[in-house]
Amino acid sequence: MFGLNKKDFGLMVIVAILALAAPFILNPFPEGSAMAQFNAGYPDLMQRLVIFGIFAIGFNILFGLTGYLSFGHAAFLGVGSYAAIWMMKLLTLNVIPAIIVSVIIAGLFSLLVGWISLRRSGIYFSILTLAFAQMSYALAYSVLTPITGGETGLQPKYTDPRILDGALEEGQTPRANLFGLDMNQGFELSLGGWVFTFNAGYYLAAVVMLIAFYLSIRIFRSPFGMMLRAVKSNQQRLNYTGLNSKPYTLAAFVISGMYAGLAGGLLVAMDTQVGAERMFWTASGEVVLMTILGGAGTLIGPVLGAGFIKYMENIVSKINKSVLEQWFAFMPDGIEDLLITLVYPFVGKGWHLTLGLLFMLVVIFLPGGLVEGGQRIGRVFRRRDANADSVESDAAEQRKPAAE
Amino acid sequence: MDAILLQILNGLDKGSAYALIALGLTLIFGTLGVVNFAHGALFMIGAFCAVTFSKMLSFSHVVIDETQKDFLGNPLKVDVPYLYDWFGQATGDAIIDWAVPLSIIFTIPVMIAIGFIMERGLIKHFYKRPHADQILVTFGLAIVLQEVIKYFYGANPIPTPAPAAFAGSFDFGALLGFDPNTIIYPYWRLVYFAFAAVIIGAVFAFLQFTTFGMVVRAGMADRETVGLLGINIDKRFTIMFGIAAAVAGLAGVMYAPINSPNYHMGMDFLVLSFVVVVVGGMGSLPGAVLAGFLLGVLESFASMAVVLEFIPGINQIIIYLVAIIILLTRPRGLMGRAGVMED
Repeated sequence: MFGLNKKDFGLMVIVAILALAAPFILNPFPEGSAMAQFNAGYPDLMQRLVIFGIFAIGFNILFGLTGYLSFGHAAFLGVGSYAAIWMMKLLTLNVIPAIIVSVIIAGLFSLLVGWISLRRSGIYFSILTLAFAQMSYALAYSVLTPITGGETGLQPKYTDPRILDGALEEGQTPRANLFGLDMNQGFELSLGGWVFTFNAGYYLAAVVMLIAFYLSIRIFRSPFGMMLRAVKSNQQRLNYTGLNSKPYTLAAFVISGMYAGLAGGLLVAMDTQVGAERMFWTASGEVVLMTILGGAGTLIGPVLGAGFIKYMENIVSKINKSVLEQWFAFMPDGIEDLLITLVYPFVGKGWHLTLGLLFMLVVIFLPGGLVEGGQRIGRVFRRRDANADSVESDAAEQRKPAAE
Repeated sequence: MDAILLQILNGLDKGSAYALIALGLTLIFGTLGVVNFAHGALFMIGAFCAVTFSKMLSFSHVVIDETQKDFLGNPLKVDVPYLYDWFGQATGDAIIDWAVPLSIIFTIPVMIAIGFIMERGLIKHFYKRPHADQILVTFGLAIVLQEVIKYFYGANPIPTPAPAAFAGSFDFGALLGFDPNTIIYPYWRLVYFAFAAVIIGAVFAFLQFTTFGMVVRAGMADRETVGLLGINIDKRFTIMFGIAAAVAGLAGVMYAPINSPNYHMGMDFLVLSFVVVVVGGMGSLPGAVLAGFLLGVLESFASMAVVLEFIPGINQIIIYLVAIIILLTRPRGLMGRAGVMED
């Protein structure tokens, strides 16, 4: 269906259900209960989950398929954000032109960067992309201040000349909208102790994410995707067969740059401000972490990774000492204090420590990320079943080449 | 003329730091073939060794001083460092004043130990993995080290002054026959430059004139053959990792008075040092040193007011720009060897 085989279609449906039902799924605990801080069903976080999902899906098209490790993708996200905010300042507060233009501008910028950077591969490619991203960041902070707003960043003001909208009255706050539907709008549904928030901005982002995910499935399964995989597995052999791999890698680079621009545009559509810090190289590092953590080269991996990291970031960094005390209150005093001392460095402000450790553990023990972890667990169970059933099916299992 | 001279001098101290870090990075890359993203963290740990050591020197105990009274007439409680008890007040003060240079002797064993633990505990398992994995795991390690330091020392920079003897500035202009006070240069930066030169010289001499260094160089050229000759090359490479860590640490210790140590200083230097290594040529030690000084000086030239008038903002991006141009025109870098990371 839709040009997908059965397995991919199933995956697509699962992701669609997860995305559309997220306000329910992410709010499993009743309001006011002790576990309510694990709820993630508020609009700001949900928007981030799907937007960074888009970013990671795009990054995965480059890194997962071709194996080129870019350390500068945040620059495209930043450029996309700036483009979107200028559209909102100059043209209209409608998010559609902003998002389209952010994709186009980020695509053009990534074409330039990719055209230069892709002359080299391996570590040189990583350094080149890093250099470009750092240059954009430095310029956005200093010389390009008239365009980027420098340290203060940009946000739409009521004085901006919006050609299509006309000027706002003084004192009115400019809000991003979709044909009049305010992005911050939403309605709350109270069911017993639970409060579910349905937010217009989130659903826009989720629909865009689903489209992006669908496109990435099509790219993965296309001949073009096969070509990119060939680049990853052995570029030299590909060159010896007389194929020029550059157009393919460049296309992958530009596509992933456009995904990054799309994510940047959506970020602005949800929260109408932008600052240069989202282009800093640690932001590029973050998307690498998301992709690896979820599983590079897999379809669902980047979405999982982005969701996991953004969820943990929000939840873990909210835990403070009093919350910990509340949790461990049932224990005897001495053990309680010990546990709090042990756990405290890893939560709250120590979230980055947890992230770093987690990341190292994943790279060391689980290079395929969460997806590989899931597969391994699945395989253990399957083997147990096979043992219980009969020896024959076990032998058949062994004769079959391993899946993937 | 004097302005140009001043910029060259200004570039030297930053260039020295770049050169030292890049030297360590290249040592690790040349011997073990590992791209170490945690090298900036080692630099930062070195700087915090200076902080720790000067804190350790001023460990004190409380003494009730009968000669001093507070406003109620009670005797004052005074913190007296243990050093006063052991060496007398004058010597004790002098030792505390010289904490940063003295912490070198504390830093070297600490950094070598950290280097050993890192190599044996983590990096060893990544020799056969792709470069991307090496980059990623050391990147994760860098985050962890940085956060650990932040947890213990806080997020704010900790001022770590140089000895009072080096507090002033040196008037180069007077020495070279220009007007006095046109080219002035802080003494400590001179010390830093000299120190960097000594360290670089020592590393090169060690590699060039000792049997150990000869074996290491042979191992860098052809690891397998050296192993076939019955030499335990892995052990020597581990020691080289320790030395590279120590070089980064020493660069950090002496840099502490120039720039108060904070937990993210390593990351700031790391990105630039990688660019330096790539410009110098992956795996080339002289290239790393040359490119370090070159880029340091270029950066300070680019921040001259005259240059900024022509091309605004060039000081922010000059290093990256040079790197891009070099990589596209001379893919091996300034002094890169053939066959190193050519893929």
